[in-house]
This record gives sequence, structure tokens and C-alpha cells, in this order.
Amino acid sequence: MNMIVTPASPATPNGTTRPQVRIVIVGHVDHGKSTLVGRLLHETGSLPEGKLEMLKAVSARRGMPFEWSFLLDALQTERDQGITIDTTQIRFRTNSRDIVLIDAPGHAEFLRNMITGASQADGAVLIIDALEGVRDQTRRHGYLLHLLGVKQVAVVVNKMDRVDFSADRFKEISDEISAHLNGLGVKPTAVIPISARDGDGVAERTGRISWYKGPTVVEALDRLEPARALEALALRLPVQAIYKFDDRRIVAGRIESGSLVAGDEIVIMPAGKIARIKTVESWPVTPVAGRQGAGRSVGITLDRELFIERGDIIAHAGAAPRETRRLRARIFWLHDKPLAKGDQLLVRCGPKESRATVVAIEKAVDPGELSSSENKAIGRNHVGEIDISLSNPIATDPYTENPRTGRLVIEVSGRIAGGGLVLSVDAGQRAVPVDIVPVESALRPDERSARYRHNGAVVWLTGLPASGKSTLARALERRLFTNGGSPILLDGDTMRAGLNSDLGFSATDRSENIRRLAEVATHLARNGHIAIVAAVSPAREDRATARRIADTAFREIHVATPAEVCEERDPKGHYKKARAGTLASFTGIGNDYEAPQAAELVIDTSKRTVAEAADEIEQMLKTSGVLFDELVDLAANI
Amino acid sequence: MDHLDQLEAQSIYIFREAFARLKKIALLWSLGKDSNVMIWLARKAFFGRMPFPALHVDTGKKFPEMYRFRDHYGKEWELDLRVEPCPPIDAVDPTLPPAARSAARKTEGLKMALAKYGFDGLIAGIRRDEEATRAKERVFSPRGLEGNWDVRDQPPEFWDHFNASPPQGAHLRIHPILHWTEADIWAYTKRENIPIIPLYLAKDGKRYRSLGDQDITNPVNSTASSIDEILIELEQTKVPERAGRALDHETEDAFERLRVAGYL
Repeated sequence: MNMIVTPASPATPNGTTRPQVRIVIVGHVDHGKSTLVGRLLHETGSLPEGKLEMLKAVSARRGMPFEWSFLLDALQTERDQGITIDTTQIRFRTNSRDIVLIDAPGHAEFLRNMITGASQADGAVLIIDALEGVRDQTRRHGYLLHLLGVKQVAVVVNKMDRVDFSADRFKEISDEISAHLNGLGVKPTAVIPISARDGDGVAERTGRISWYKGPTVVEALDRLEPARALEALALRLPVQAIYKFDDRRIVAGRIESGSLVAGDEIVIMPAGKIARIKTVESWPVTPVAGRQGAGRSVGITLDRELFIERGDIIAHAGAAPRETRRLRARIFWLHDKPLAKGDQLLVRCGPKESRATVVAIEKAVDPGELSSSENKAIGRNHVGEIDISLSNPIATDPYTENPRTGRLVIEVSGRIAGGGLVLSVDAGQRAVPVDIVPVESALRPDERSARYRHNGAVVWLTGLPASGKSTLARALERRLFTNGGSPILLDGDTMRAGLNSDLGFSATDRSENIRRLAEVATHLARNGHIAIVAAVSPAREDRATARRIADTAFREIHVATPAEVCEERDPKGHYKKARAGTLASFTGIGNDYEAPQAAELVIDTSKRTVAEAADEIEQMLKTSGVLFDELVDLAANI
Repeated sequence: MDHLDQLEAQSIYIFREAFARLKKIALLWSLGKDSNVMIWLARKAFFGRMPFPALHVDTGKKFPEMYRFRDHYGKEWELDLRVEPCPPIDAVDPTLPPAARSAARKTEGLKMALAKYGFDGLIAGIRRDEEATRAKERVFSPRGLEGNWDVRDQPPEFWDHFNASPPQGAHLRIHPILHWTEADIWAYTKRENIPIIPLYLAKDGKRYRSLGDQDITNPVNSTASSIDEILIELEQTKVPERAGRALDHETEDAFERLRVAGYL
């Protein structure tokens, strides 16, 4: 549960408005988290009646001196063992804030409970024992705060009474932890010397720490700010459900960021379907007028019947999240069995779930250790960066662009086993489908290349309409065939008549058109053929996708015939129609063709004959290792 | 959005997740202020009518005002109301102290209702600020096959992602108002004009802050005879909400034992 708290918080009965801030207390086991919480409640007069007496009795029963930690360590096993097992929450007030204090266990065994608690916080207090100094769990918690997105951290150096309130010892610890946190991109808001048991530095600067000039713990808490508003970001409404309890078809969900109002044009991702918001439904009064902002749970109806399902994301047209089957994430791992390459998982991004495969593991690290050890697998309570391939496309954002939608959790056997931040979204990457077992050809690539005397390749001809792509492609095809090779022509228009006949000319459809051409071409290339693709393919990003798919087999040729020449040729009459306004979505007369910046070859067909151009292409294919220059004794190389 | 709007939006989100991810759920209606707020929130989440049953596990020892309230609003709110009885006191763990033992009847009644209907999720109106073991609860809290709560092995829960896959035959407790406080409940009840049982308002210098069985619930000293006055009282009091609930105070661990066994 991670509530967004805005500064305009509850109007209490006496008429004051106070911000509510949620703060987690973290740190190594036995460094005094629960004691500090008890002391804070006592100092701010927040303990309920009879609680102090109860704690005295509970402590005495166990033959112990007075134990503040029994206040929050409510479970019998916690009291008997003297450790916090699970996270808990308690409320108190400072001069200017309503504070929800979240106590989190410090024991490594219960890191999942620390994460449960800390994930709900706006800020954190990291506690360090003055005698023991920075320990592995101190560092681990610091790292996890960063991963959980908790940016405001105050450090307290506790048990100063055990080091005779030594300013030198304090400085030593302060320097070490500040350096560590700075390395994670977290700047401590304060470093405070305290004795939680005796009260020094908690609400008062006592004589024993007279050398310290900074804020007390209570003052530091007063300075923490509630979580930032998300309304300024782009609209993200993940769909929780579609309800049809009466004649209304209501799309329900919570606005994670941005805002919406009836009449908005929206796009439903990842399908990319467009609609308009008809009404915003509510109860008991409906419909509601006015803009609905981040944090609201809403229900909307649309102006048309579209297939929508749980997990789709509603965004504004033009500011939609990216659709992907592959992403990179920085995660923490809580499962007993280490996470390894090839593992199959369930990934959840908001209400969307998808089966997934770990395709790569980078930087597996124990955040508690100083030296980071690179590993093949991410162990329990460790962190790492992974590449995930998803079986269903999902729409998501990198967390730097949207902290709400840019995060995910991982489930193993129906239980949450890890979570993390989306670092990057690879829009064009191939997925490794979970349940599909590809059947490989029985022929080896070298058997084919021995016969054809070339390697497989994707020769991609891009350029304006009528620039000569198809003509060149046909000439090249004939040339290669004559030489005993196996060329196959994939013409964009021809493919649109069949495989791609369901696609139109919107940006999304054009991208899909290119993706399919690239997939088919790559399959041919993998089987030793030279696929010659002739397609306008005006978008640089789409061609980059094609290159990613075909990888090292890709050879891009920019047919750079000047626009005037192309328009003059106009063999299909498209330019004329476009000028007359009867052909929409035509690339050529606007500035919508994005020329390649690093094509393997550039050819201007107005300056050379078809044969000369085919020569150039053939030469390029030779020098780039596609065509074999002369007869090679392949057998010798096998 | 003000504070109450935020609480409401969060609770609605939880209700919708429970309804989407579980197969057969019910809301535990104890007739008190908290579960009435829950029903109101469920009606908001689902645009007027709660699309799953309201389950009243009836000890038979509630106040007459509570039964009248149930029968009236069960109809007015168009609830799919299921009233399930509790077993006699003899059927309950005799090692528990008297009040806890009496309350444990409800746990047994709950288990019988679970067996009868096969719910995989029960929505309960507990709050973190009520009591220290409840403060350690998850929003989606797994229960064992015997309905027990394994406090030593609660799953991680963060960023509004909930563990919603109970093993076959076990169920989940769902806590949509875990993050609310007693004062939040009253402020929201007032804002939304949600009906309440009059026992909460002071009469002859006493009122009930929390309603349970007649024989183990005591009124507290109070002059608060309206919700506004209750809110002012809560601002000043240091008496805990469940001070009048005998079962919380018999021994140090009585309440934890009840909860581990499956009590709310």
C-alpha cells in the first residue's frame, strides 16, 4: 500500500491543516530502531493511557530492564527473542506534521518485511549503533531505500552513551555512511547523534552532545516532505476491471499519474486503440464533472465499444507509454532459490501480468557487502540488473519518467518473490515466447552457403516512393540468382496485399508492417537466403527495429534519388493523387521521410544506370562478407 | 484530493483488486462503524451495489439495536446478506481466558461459514491503529488451511501488489481500511452521511467506542452525543479505542492467540 500524500491533509476538528508524512525506521539489527520509536512517542506525548505501565509490567515479567521495543514488538515471539520480526505502524505528531512511523525489522532474515514497511514511506531514518558502526544490514537497507524510491533519508547515530558521546567517533561514522549513501545517489538530510534510551538528541539537544549543532530527530522529521504530486506527469490509468452491472460499460482503475476529464481523446495501450471519454461515473452521484487527478479511483465510459481488458493502460493520445516485450530492470530478490538466466516467472506491472523469461543477468550484488561480486544468479536478499522477455506485450515507462508505472514485481508460485524498477524499455526487441519451442532446420548454415556461395542477409532498400527501390531489388535478385545464389524479394506493397493486409497507414500500423517484414526477412536470412526488402520505411525508429531484429545480417541501402526526380517519375500516379488531396498518408511530398544516417550504401538512381547500381550493391555485399568473392574451399573450413 | 479522498481511493483500489483476483469473496459485516464504512466504500467501488455477499457471523449476543440496524439496512442497501450462527461455548478452546474464549466462538462460526460457502477471500474491517498485532497485518493476508495466521511468515507486499493466490482450500483476509484511523472513520461517516447505530453516541455520560458482544463490551465515559463531539473527544483522549473490549486485556497475549487462530 503506497498512498500518495499531498500537503493539503486532514482538517482536524480544531481547524488546523497538517501534512501527513510516513517515515520508516531502518538499520542493522539491534541498533535500536524500536527503542527510538518508543522514545519518540514518549517525547511527543503520544503514548496511550496505561501503555507505559503495561510495558513496565511486560519487561519485569521477562526479568528485563525497561524495554521500549515491547511497544511495537507486539508478537510474543518478538518479545521472547528480543527482535522485530514484522513491520508495524504507529502514529504521532510533531509541531507541524502528522507522522505515521513505520518500524521495520533489521534482521536479514526478515528483509521482505523491511521492504513491505519501507515501500510505504515518504522518508526514512537510518539508525546506526555508535559502537558497532556501519554494518552489512545498514548498507543493505540504504541500497533498498534507493531501490524503493525513498529519497529523503535522515541518519541517526544511536547509543552515543556507549562511546562517551565522542564527537570523533560520531564524525567517523557520519563520514562513512554519508559517502556510502552519496554513492547511491541519496543525500542524507541530517546526521544526528542520539541516545534513544536516555533521550539525548531525540527531542532535545542535551549537554552531553553540546558539540552537536544540527537538528534533533523530531526537528529532522518536521523537515521531511510528503511524497511529490504525480498530477504533472502524463496520464496513466491502468485498467483494473470492466464492469457491466447495468447498461453502462464502466472501465475502472486508479489514475496513477496525470489527470483526465470527460471528452478527452485517449489511447488504450498496448493495442493502440483510440477512443474518447464519454463520462466519468461515480456513486451516489453520477456522472461527475470536472478533472480527476492522480490518486483517484475512477470509472469511465467510452464513446465506442472497444475490446479492453484488465492490465491495459489508458493514456492521452501522443503521450502513451511504450509497448514492449522486453525490458531491463534493477531488482531486489527475496526468494530462497536464486534467480538465474532462463528462469520463468510471472511479472506484474500494475494490474497487468505476463509470463516472462530471464534472458540475461547483469551485476548481481549483495548490497550489504562493500565489494560487489559479479555472479550468474541473484541470491536471496541480493540485488541485480536483469533483462526480461515477456510473453505478452505490456505498456510501461522507465521509472525515471514515471515512478508509478515504471516498477514491477515478480511472482514465483503465486507469492511475491522480488520487485524493482524498470530501467529501460526495448520497444523493438524480440521476445522469447514462454511456451513456444522453435523447430530448427535440419540443414546447417554452411551446407546452404556452400551451395549458394553466400551467407544469409537482409538487404533493406529504403527511400522515397518512385526512387527506384523495386527496380533495383528486381535487378539485384536476377543478378544473384544468375550467380547461383538464393535471393528472395520481399516488396512492401506486395506483402501489404497478403500478410499485412490487416494493417493501415497509421504510425502504429506502419511500425508493425516493418516489424513483420523484418521478421520474415530475418527468418529467410537465417536459412541462408538473401532477403531483398523494398519498402519506403520512412521512420528511422522502425528501421532501427528492423536492424535489431536482423542483427548482423542487416544491410541498409538508402535509395537517395532526389524528391523532384521521384515525383516526375511517379509510375503509380501516387504523387499526383497526393497533390490533388485524394491519397492520404502518402510519404513523399511532406517532410516525413527520415533519411538514414549510417546506411551501408547510398545510391542516387538519377546518376547511374540500373546495372551500375546493381554492381555497387554487389560490391558492398562482397566487402561486407555476404557474397563469397571467389570459390572458397568451404570443406576446408568445416 | 483531501485526506479522506485519498483514503477512499486507496480502499476502492483494494476492493477492486480483491474482486478481480479472487473467485468467491464475502464481506464480514459486524454491524459496527468500520464495517458500515466498508460497505459504503464497496458500493462506491462497484457503482452502487456490492457484488458479493455480506456475511454476518452472529454470536447471538449483540445488542438489540445492532440487529435492528442489520435487518433495516440489509434491505435498504440491497445486500446479499448471509447470517451464520456460532457454535456453543463448550466447543471452544477451554484454555483461553473467559472473554477471549467467548470471542473465539466467532472464529469457529467463521470457519463453519467458510466450509459451507467455500469463500477464498473474506473482507474484514480491521485497522492498524486499533491494536498492536493488527498493525502488523498485510492488506491481503494469507490464512492457513485451518484459518490460522502465520505471523512469522507473512509474504512481502509492496507498491499495491498483493499476494492473491491462496492455496487450495485456504483463504485470504482482505483489509481495505487497514490504513484508516478511528478518527478517519468518524470524519468519513459524517462527510458521507453513513447511518450509525446510536449506541456510539453518549447517553447518561457513557457511550460505546467499539461494539462487540453485550457481555464482553463496556461503554466508556463520554459526553460526545454527535459525530463532531466524538471527533473532538478523540483529539484529546489517551484512552485506547478497544479499552472497553474485555478480550484484549485479559493476558498479555490473549488477543494475539485469538488472531493467530483466525480471529479478526
